[in-house]
Amino acid sequence: MTLRPAQGGSDATTRAHPSIDELRAEALAAGRKPRRFGSWYATEHMLRAMRAYGWTIVVGALGQPLVYLFGLAVGLAALIQQQIPTGDGGSVSYLVFVAPALLMTATIAVASEEFTYPVMAGFKWRRYFYGFNASALSSPQIANGVTLAASARMLFAGGAYYLFIWAFGEVFPVVTVLEPATGWISVPVGLLAGLSFGMPLMAYAASLQEDKGQFALVQRFVFMPMFLFSGTFYPLGNLPVWLQWIGWISPLWHATELGRMAGFGAGADPVMLVVHVAYLLVLSVGGYLLARRVFTRRLAR
Amino acid sequence: MPAPVIRAANLVKTYRVRGSARLARGARSRSARTPSEFRAVDGLSFEVAPGESFGLLGPNGAGKSTTMKMVGAVSTRTSGDLEILGLDPDRYGPEIRSRLGVVPQEDNLDGELNARENLYVYGRYFGLPGRVCAQKADQLLAFAQLEDKAKSKVDQLSGGMKRRLTIARGLINDPRILLLDEPTTGLDPQARHILWDRLFRLKERGTTLVLTTHYMDEAEQLCDRLIVVDKGRIMAEGTPGALIRQHASREVAEVRFGSAHNELAAAQLAGFGDRVEVLPDRVLVYAHDGEAVLARIAETGLRPLTSLVRRASLEDVFLRLTGRSLIE
Repeated sequence: MTLRPAQGGSDATTRAHPSIDELRAEALAAGRKPRRFGSWYATEHMLRAMRAYGWTIVVGALGQPLVYLFGLAVGLAALIQQQIPTGDGGSVSYLVFVAPALLMTATIAVASEEFTYPVMAGFKWRRYFYGFNASALSSPQIANGVTLAASARMLFAGGAYYLFIWAFGEVFPVVTVLEPATGWISVPVGLLAGLSFGMPLMAYAASLQEDKGQFALVQRFVFMPMFLFSGTFYPLGNLPVWLQWIGWISPLWHATELGRMAGFGAGADPVMLVVHVAYLLVLSVGGYLLARRVFTRRLAR
Repeated sequence: MPAPVIRAANLVKTYRVRGSARLARGARSRSARTPSEFRAVDGLSFEVAPGESFGLLGPNGAGKSTTMKMVGAVSTRTSGDLEILGLDPDRYGPEIRSRLGVVPQEDNLDGELNARENLYVYGRYFGLPGRVCAQKADQLLAFAQLEDKAKSKVDQLSGGMKRRLTIARGLINDPRILLLDEPTTGLDPQARHILWDRLFRLKERGTTLVLTTHYMDEAEQLCDRLIVVDKGRIMAEGTPGALIRQHASREVAEVRFGSAHNELAAAQLAGFGDRVEVLPDRVLVYAHDGEAVLARIAETGLRPLTSLVRRASLEDVFLRLTGRSLIE
């Protein structure tokens, strides 16, 4: 095996070692690519690692929309004949109303997986972040890699959902996408929704020293209430005012409202548009910066 | 003498301690104002020459791993100067790490990937093209004697195999310096010898090795030069042979009289060698000629339960320097 070309005699002391200037120059040159592309290298690893549960990802992304849409269209939507008011005087069928919310829920569900267990595994169970960090990758690049790989999965899940919603309208005699020109925007919004929930969650996961079932609590007491009280299945205004605050702070509600604007032009109020986008961006960027900081501190200990 | 590839001067790393339960040993004596600080590394200065095999020897908690993490450009130093390959790790972390190989104390291979994939993706972190990574991965699997495990999930490998794979992974970028933190801890004797053999080969090729260990035989086998570290400070420095000559005698007679009688017997052995050391389970007599000591003990009528003569080792050096044995 040739790790390095032989440089003369076998005795290390007689070997001509490069000068410190040569070594420094060599290191500076070797560091250039990792500095520039390190986030993508970390992403590559995380995507490869996803293959271990790739089947779950695919089945989840394809099966979930199928089951939900079919269940809702055939079951619930058949029961709820009532048209849902869209806020601008118009109204849509229940299926159309609920579809964007389901898409957003799907990407947020992916986020709640990808930004918890793999992060805990990287720091504690399998410690692979320490392996990354001992190589040329830097701590922020590792956080970026986790984020980008999870984003890819969220785009896949969101994209699959959107395709199913569209395909549903092709197969069944229902109109599912009222505004095809803008409807697709719900896919990038779904990504933003996932990040706005996932980035703060990643910061939290990275800060945990021990797993005491916190992620299960997040599922039960953060994700589930959010899912139920964010105007997912009915307009948020239907809730009593003292419960509406859950929706206001919920990234799912803001994302769903954006999805409805894109899907059927529901109450496209420019002020609310800005509020929704800004809220999701603040959570995403703030959470990201915090997570980066936690990663850097923890890995530099 | 070529310029050192690692230069550390007055290296210090302190950790903040939550609560006072694990109150800092250094901090208590050093300054009463900062009682919640733990000095893991307390002013280490050393240099490592290119191609040298350099060891940090010390008990658990001596600050070896912390030092390795600082040298590995991962952990940031609290104070002092540090230069790796002529660069400051605070500013040039990725550049330095591009030329280092690291074998951490705890394996951090990705169990979701197989052995070959672990090598392959690690090469990618350094920006090596996929083709090169694949080629290197195969070469290194051969080097680590793991060719038939290429497709095995890491979780299915034995401890020794994982260590070998971790070492192989550390070599994917042809590092100038290989850092090994307790490379053979927890391995059976056979696995240790395979590892040592691999490290010898690297050394022959001119790779600079820096390793920590609390195994004396390992340090004596692998290190050209070493520092003995305790409580974050250097207790002694030199080649294994020089340290033994300086801090121990040529031979050691070990006699056991039973735990209740060792103290008493030791008193009678005073002056039998250069020095007598009483441990809970045995008495050590340091002398140039161990057999002569045993003969004299027999003459005095003392009847040890067991006795043996061995060459003095780094264990004795450590005992002498700190008054404690290495593995407690």
